[in-house]
Amino acid sequence: MTTWLIRRLIQALFVVLAMSVIVFIGVHVIGNPVDILISPEADQAERARIIASLGLDQPLWKQYVLFVDDALRGDLGRSFVFNEPALRLIAQRMPATLELAVTAVLMSMLFGIPLGLYAGLYPDGVVARTIMAGSILGFSLPTFWVGLMLIMVFAVQLGWLPSTGRGATAELFGIQWSFLTLDGLRHLLLPALNLSLFNISLVLRLVRAGVRETLPMDFVKFARAKGLAPARVIFVHVLKNIMIPVVTVVGLELGSTIAFAVVTESVFAWPGMGKLIIDSINVLDRPVIVAYLMMIVLLFVTINLVVDLLYTLLDPRVRLEAKG
Amino acid sequence: MTATLEVRNLRTHFFTRAGVVKAVDDVSFSIAGGQVLGLVGESGSGKSVTGFSVMGLVDPPGHVVEGAILYQGRDITRLSERDMRALRGNRIAMIFQDPMMTLNPVLRIDTQMIEAVQAHAKVSRAQARSRARDALGQVGIPSPDERLAAYPHQFSGGMRQRVAIAIALLHHPDLLIADEPTTALDVTIQAQILSEVQKLAVTYGTALIWITHDLSVIAGLADEIAVMYAGRIVETGSAARVLDTPLHPYTQGLIGSVPSRNRRGEKLRQIPGMTPSLLRLPPGCAFRTRCPHADAACEQEPEPSQPVPGQTTRCFHPLIAVSA
Repeated sequence: MTTWLIRRLIQALFVVLAMSVIVFIGVHVIGNPVDILISPEADQAERARIIASLGLDQPLWKQYVLFVDDALRGDLGRSFVFNEPALRLIAQRMPATLELAVTAVLMSMLFGIPLGLYAGLYPDGVVARTIMAGSILGFSLPTFWVGLMLIMVFAVQLGWLPSTGRGATAELFGIQWSFLTLDGLRHLLLPALNLSLFNISLVLRLVRAGVRETLPMDFVKFARAKGLAPARVIFVHVLKNIMIPVVTVVGLELGSTIAFAVVTESVFAWPGMGKLIIDSINVLDRPVIVAYLMMIVLLFVTINLVVDLLYTLLDPRVRLEAKG
Repeated sequence: MTATLEVRNLRTHFFTRAGVVKAVDDVSFSIAGGQVLGLVGESGSGKSVTGFSVMGLVDPPGHVVEGAILYQGRDITRLSERDMRALRGNRIAMIFQDPMMTLNPVLRIDTQMIEAVQAHAKVSRAQARSRARDALGQVGIPSPDERLAAYPHQFSGGMRQRVAIAIALLHHPDLLIADEPTTALDVTIQAQILSEVQKLAVTYGTALIWITHDLSVIAGLADEIAVMYAGRIVETGSAARVLDTPLHPYTQGLIGSVPSRNRRGEKLRQIPGMTPSLLRLPPGCAFRTRCPHADAACEQEPEPSQPVPGQTTRCFHPLIAVSA
């Protein structure tokens, strides 16, 4: 277990390193921030001074070495635009995004697992067919359109829920959170639902397929032959076998939900990282882009690690020592 | 003395899209406490479905369409699901064919045994655990205390079948249905399991229905034998009679296809043709297309007759008449 963990951490280190190179080079290829940042009226001397102050006069490899050197000391560079540490900019907006994404993922399990169970247990019923048809919509409708529709119906027509912003927040661990206040929760509901719609469909289909696959197994019949109540058979014997693919997918989806919350954040004016990264890309604010992408890489690596650890809890046959 | 189990004119049909599959069609037999009934037949002859019908575990699209299953004089086909559940695993238990599949891979042995104890007895977890431990010891599992904490994949096939038997016998059932429990095991393990089950059945006066396709297994074990073909019992009688002087040509064919020391050097006889599809059974005797004695009479439905006392067959040309 410990050797496995150490090996995984070293692996993770290499992933982060490789990604940093790719990101650094990639960001330099997409455009020169100097063209955007410096006003056309600036003279040659002024231009040279600014370029030097941003460190852009150095060759690429030297910029990278400087970046890694700073990064190791916890400094991912200063934003060209805000002249603030990139990390602080991201950290300020991260709680909002995290809150939104985690809520969305929790909702996807809260709705996806029961719906999938039902559709798997009674596959021929009208309700199950409706659920499955609905899940296709959940997959295929574009997020921004669904978001607009949600605002139309629940905010404009019915007036039940607010459509923009985070609402009132309360402090926990020195960070402002919306989910701690009633008003914040009301603000959180629509964007989280919008973001979770795809994941609900995904989890639902996964659970349904798992139920259909597990129900005819001998061990389910044997559990029934022991005289167990149906609830015990379904929630212990069947569900625990299904949880492995569900945990995998939900874990990976948490990463992508955070990374791709951009659309939902734009539609609902949710002040998260997504909005920041879009703006930064527009003005080629390299340090912010690089810092953001590095954060996302770290996030994915961590989530994968946690998912692997969860496997051992769910499936005793998975022994972590055995694999690389 | 009333029989522990009496099955009367049982019909279990599966209503599939391709048509009605009469998996069990007018099957009757009875068994008393301490007795062993061998239910013999090829794959697809309906012997397993007969077992599941008694357990009340026939899954849709199949169900018991006719007949009575009398457990201690009470028709259990009319019981509510709740009352049936109280019998299942308690008074009537079953062990399955493939020990690799009957235990839930993600639950520990103790979990699977304790839930089985607590399903029918109001005892504490600790008491249930100690009962589970004793049951494991009884079926010959060494150091049962440690093995309780293990997962199924840490057991060999034979050991898993022992665990399944221990679970089935936890409440000392009046009736145990063993559905080919030794088919998937090594010959040496087979013999051990056989004698183990036999011993336990005798100890508790359990009526034992042993389902198998293997006549050599049944020869040393069963008091009575019922031979099934295409959903019907074609011959019943004491084990000695049925094996020594079979009446039905199918029984004779089965016996002839088993290697025997008495016929060393002779070619093994095989039954020509294949088991007919249960969807397209020919009218009349289902065996007539493969039977050397078939004639025009066999296009009628043969009724059970008793050409010799204590031995019943469904055949117009019982072998005793042919030889006479």
